[in-house]
Amino acid sequence: MEELKLALKVDDLDNVATIFADAITDGTRVEVRDKKGNMEEITVHGDVPYGHKIALCNIARGEHIMKYGECIGAASCDIKKGDYVHVHNLEALRGRGDL
Amino acid sequence: MSYTFQGYRRANGTFGARNLVAVIPSVICANDVGQAICRQVQGTIGYFHHQGCCQLPIDLKRVTDTLSNLGQSPNVGAALIVSLGCEGTDHERLVEEIRATGKPVEIIRIQELGGTSRAIQAGIDAAQRLVQQISGLQREPADISNVIMSIKCGASDTTSGMASNCVIGYVADKLVDLGATVVFGETTEFLGGEHILARRAVGGEDGPVGRKIYEIVDRMEKRAKSVGEDMRGGQPTPGNIAGGLSSIEEKSLGAIVKSGHRPIQGVLEYTDRVTDQKGLWIKDAPGREPEILTGMAATGAQIMLFSTGRGAPQGFPSMPVVKICGNPNTYERMQHDMDLNAGRIITGEKTIEEVGEEAFELLIRVLSGEMTKNEALGYFGSMDIFCLGPVI
Repeated sequence: MEELKLALKVDDLDNVATIFADAITDGTRVEVRDKKGNMEEITVHGDVPYGHKIALCNIARGEHIMKYGECIGAASCDIKKGDYVHVHNLEALRGRGDL
Repeated sequence: MSYTFQGYRRANGTFGARNLVAVIPSVICANDVGQAICRQVQGTIGYFHHQGCCQLPIDLKRVTDTLSNLGQSPNVGAALIVSLGCEGTDHERLVEEIRATGKPVEIIRIQELGGTSRAIQAGIDAAQRLVQQISGLQREPADISNVIMSIKCGASDTTSGMASNCVIGYVADKLVDLGATVVFGETTEFLGGEHILARRAVGGEDGPVGRKIYEIVDRMEKRAKSVGEDMRGGQPTPGNIAGGLSSIEEKSLGAIVKSGHRPIQGVLEYTDRVTDQKGLWIKDAPGREPEILTGMAATGAQIMLFSTGRGAPQGFPSMPVVKICGNPNTYERMQHDMDLNAGRIITGEKTIEEVGEEAFELLIRVLSGEMTKNEALGYFGSMDIFCLGPVI
């Protein structure tokens, strides 16, 4: 059986992980690892390019998206566990003219 | 453990990693004459910027200060000022201040000499004299505490914050512990991570340094908003977004990793030089390469460690720029531009500490004379000075 592709979770507080692998398509199963060596298998929803992120749990619209244990923006719509997370469903909260 | 590098001792007690004759146009209008001189005379480099006239007084002072600081850099052994004659910068002050560090300085004035071809001839003669005057200087051992290292990340992706910036953070901590000076900047890329930096400030978040960190970030954010524009679309850059960075906050949190873990001693303005400051310092400068590389070299930094994920190839005329690549695929594609592969951290082949030690050894070799890839390729022609007001 082919080895599972890895996704890295940086901090305990994070609700996204970064996948450093090519050919991640809808339905691919990845292994999420954190610094302590904990592992969890997650099914990816959507095609995810190298170095991009997936959700580790359901994230409701408006909730903070966390990486490095810090807020990197808010969910602009409801996000499901395994969904591809990027500019289409994450909005920055800083450097904006409208906030 | 003590470490030394082989450097050029300057009259004012600093040590250079290079021994160059700097050709310094005092205004953009003198660039072509300066370029002709550099093409002809070996051992010269040029600071070909785009400022120096029809600017507000605050910016004319800023341009003069920056060019003076570049001339005073330990990597510069002598300077030739190329003046048009009617510019707004204070070219006579450039001569005085650079000469005061004990270096030979000459000046040519294009209008006074009778135009382009005569100025080029006089400039070639002067640059040739200067190169011959300093080229016999020998390197000698210098303690690592004499190093001023600048750090920067550019063309970042998600590997930057998880590999190459971690390597630079490791080297930054080690240098600070050895009594050297480390300077980082890119104030725009503190947005969303400024609280982490402020808490690391000497005197804490509420002390003068912590408050100053909040102040420079606020100033940068307001400057972006003042033209009625949203920063999104400009930061993160399209390349950052293609590389997986979704917001300025995510970019910032990855970017500040390169500053390591030591306390932040203070904030330097764009035109401030490091004189006797040791430890980790912030320089208030934007993230774009030409302006921050210029600011860092003007600070007095002899070297820069530069982290990239998507592959930034450029360097700076008088400051070796060591490229540390966090993305293993980019390193594979751009080996002629990348000095060190930190992508091995992403693939699990090496730890941050192992690549950090490799980066530290490379740093000492480059300080001692080994050329970086961009130096050997001559990829260091673009620079600029970060100004505040409009061109008038």
